[in-house]
Amino acid sequence: MTTAVAEVAAPEKPKSIVSGLDPRFKPRLYEHVGQANSWTLEYALKNGAYEGAKRALAGTPEAIQDEVKKAGLRGRGGAGFPTGVKWSFMPKEDGKPHYLVCNADESEPGTYKDRYLMESDPHQLLEGMLVGMHAIRANVGYIYIRGEYILGANRLNAAIAEARAAGILGENALGFGKSMEVYVHRGAGAYICGEETALMNSLEGLRANPRLKPPFPAQAGIFGMPSTVNNVVSIASAALIMRHGADWFSSMGTEKSKGNFLFHISGPVKRPGVYELPLGTTYREIIYTWGGGPTEPIKAFNPGGSSTPMLPFTDEILDMQADYENCASKGTFLGTGGIILIPQNCDIVNMMYNYVRFYGHESCGKCTPCREGIGTWMNRIFQKLVSGKGDPNDVKILEDLFGNIKGKSFCLLADSCIMPVQSAMKLFRDEFEYIAQHGKPMYTGYGNRWKDE
Amino acid sequence: MSFFTNKQPLVADILSRYPANRKRSAVMPLLREVQNAEGYVSDAACAEIAAIIESTATEVKSVMSFYSTYSSSPTGKYHLQVCMTLSCALQGSDQMWDYLCETLDIGVGDVTPDGLFSVQKVECLGSCGTAPLMQVSDSGYYECLTKKRLNALLADFKARGDGSLPESDVKAPVFIQKNGDVVQQITADGMPVGGAL
Ligand SMILES: Cc1cc2nc3c(=O)[nH]c(=O)nc-3n(C[C@H](O)[C@H](O)[C@H](O)COP(=O)(O)O)c2cc1C
Ligand code: SF4
Ligand code: FES
Repeated sequence: MTTAVAEVAAPEKPKSIVSGLDPRFKPRLYEHVGQANSWTLEYALKNGAYEGAKRALAGTPEAIQDEVKKAGLRGRGGAGFPTGVKWSFMPKEDGKPHYLVCNADESEPGTYKDRYLMESDPHQLLEGMLVGMHAIRANVGYIYIRGEYILGANRLNAAIAEARAAGILGENALGFGKSMEVYVHRGAGAYICGEETALMNSLEGLRANPRLKPPFPAQAGIFGMPSTVNNVVSIASAALIMRHGADWFSSMGTEKSKGNFLFHISGPVKRPGVYELPLGTTYREIIYTWGGGPTEPIKAFNPGGSSTPMLPFTDEILDMQADYENCASKGTFLGTGGIILIPQNCDIVNMMYNYVRFYGHESCGKCTPCREGIGTWMNRIFQKLVSGKGDPNDVKILEDLFGNIKGKSFCLLADSCIMPVQSAMKLFRDEFEYIAQHGKPMYTGYGNRWKDE
Repeated sequence: MSFFTNKQPLVADILSRYPANRKRSAVMPLLREVQNAEGYVSDAACAEIAAIIESTATEVKSVMSFYSTYSSSPTGKYHLQVCMTLSCALQGSDQMWDYLCETLDIGVGDVTPDGLFSVQKVECLGSCGTAPLMQVSDSGYYECLTKKRLNALLADFKARGDGSLPESDVKAPVFIQKNGDVVQQITADGMPVGGAL
């Protein structure tokens, strides 16, 4: 059994934990990832699973909302909206069915934190679903998992069956007299399904085009009923807050960014992987201490998935504490925590063409600025530039396009493309101009990187 | 006999997950059943699904075409889907793709004459720490693919020849601190850790 109670009851207010090396820090979200049979109910119960849900269900929905607000949990899906506040938007006594939807579509390039949690600790997520469902007065929850996560979906379905057989889910969930059911809905390969209103259309069996807001999901979400969409890690964190207390959660992090967070790195780094760390850990600690450092010179990085504007790889940035406010002050976002390292010897235009191709491919086609602007125009200009047929005017045209697409499209997918590309052009304009003028890239390391052994 | 005729309990189970008047929600799980069993979804199957969810075959096809993991034409027993997005590209996915197409002598939309292989480029698979990688059919990921590991995998698939798959050998790249050192949470049995080999 864990010693949460003792930690919660700490007398004076100690200094906040802002480093994974602080001896007081202990991974919780990923505590069981990688352990043998960690996905079984037997293992989970031995390690304290569902104690938080019991505490939650014994109290009122408002009590959970307050505890989660007090903890300072902010959405881990990318936007960072306070989870407890979002839950308080749900109507109280409207007599309608309510739904909690767990967003497990995880498709943002550079992001891979939800996957291992669902594969290795599905009961933690189910516990969070019970907490969240009670907090918003829902009897049914859906986990919308991207279609490619087959092991995750299988493990979740097995965990649901075990939990139902044990009376944790079902007609009389955990013995509190309430019916609570959780279902897994598998996606089928479309990034836009991560956008919450597109996700709702997908779940209803429609093409996954985003919906106009308002009405907001809390008013009319799936099946036209009040709904809340939360990320996997937000929901799992709520379970941990109910298990270990709001004070445990808020003992980690900076003033306005609290709790433990799943940072992860991809690109040329010694130990690519997921590192559970407190918010407020410096980028230097994340990349060097945990990631083992880059394997080649780096010029920039996306701090939290491909959609977040790039930061230059400077001492000033590396010494910055990773949190929502610091990222915002540098014009970017903490995002998903998926850091992508951008190598010095790779041409930025080729790398950004990769992003532009991604967003063009994933555009749902509903609105013109995104479908034509990104899908056709930006793709064509990048294609022209990287194939050596560009001319200096192309850089100007790209800039005009940014202005005509960003903020003028129906959903945030379009902005998610423009923001990183625009940041790259701001940081490395010389590279854009070079390839446009000379028909060849300033750096040539992009093409030849596959290892033999 | 049509696909779902003798699968009524499965159909009932799928429908039970959604409100009774919202049968349409079952379209994706039903498409998935057909795709997994047959390797693609035929027009006849679309019509059958439409009848179950009380919609039209045109509507079913329109939903189907929105997503990238349902196909309307047959694929190989081993449908190799290579992630091409940046984190994978930085570990050589473009070269891996070219090598794969050359070695198997196929391109997008083809199936090898023995019916074993087809290939597809896909976007970020949400496993960027174990790049480059591919997903095989509607099944698991094969990760940290060097040329040597890819060749071994292809040889294994050919030897099996029946669509069955070996278990993946890459463990979750998760790092913790132990006695002052940063170590992998569970040692990877000598297998590659993440994309750093
Ligand atoms: C194009 C696009 C893709 C998104 N993809 C995801 C995703 O894969 N997972 C996720 O949790 N949120 C994603 N989001 C954010 C969701 O719309 C939503 O804000 C989030 O799930 C809310 O959860 P949270 O409050 O717990 O962060 C995406 C947003 C956009 C605009
Ligand atoms: S911005 Fe793109 S993804 Fe969003 S609605 Fe418009 S076309 Fe669809
Ligand atoms: S970029 Fe290939 S898995 Fe994410």
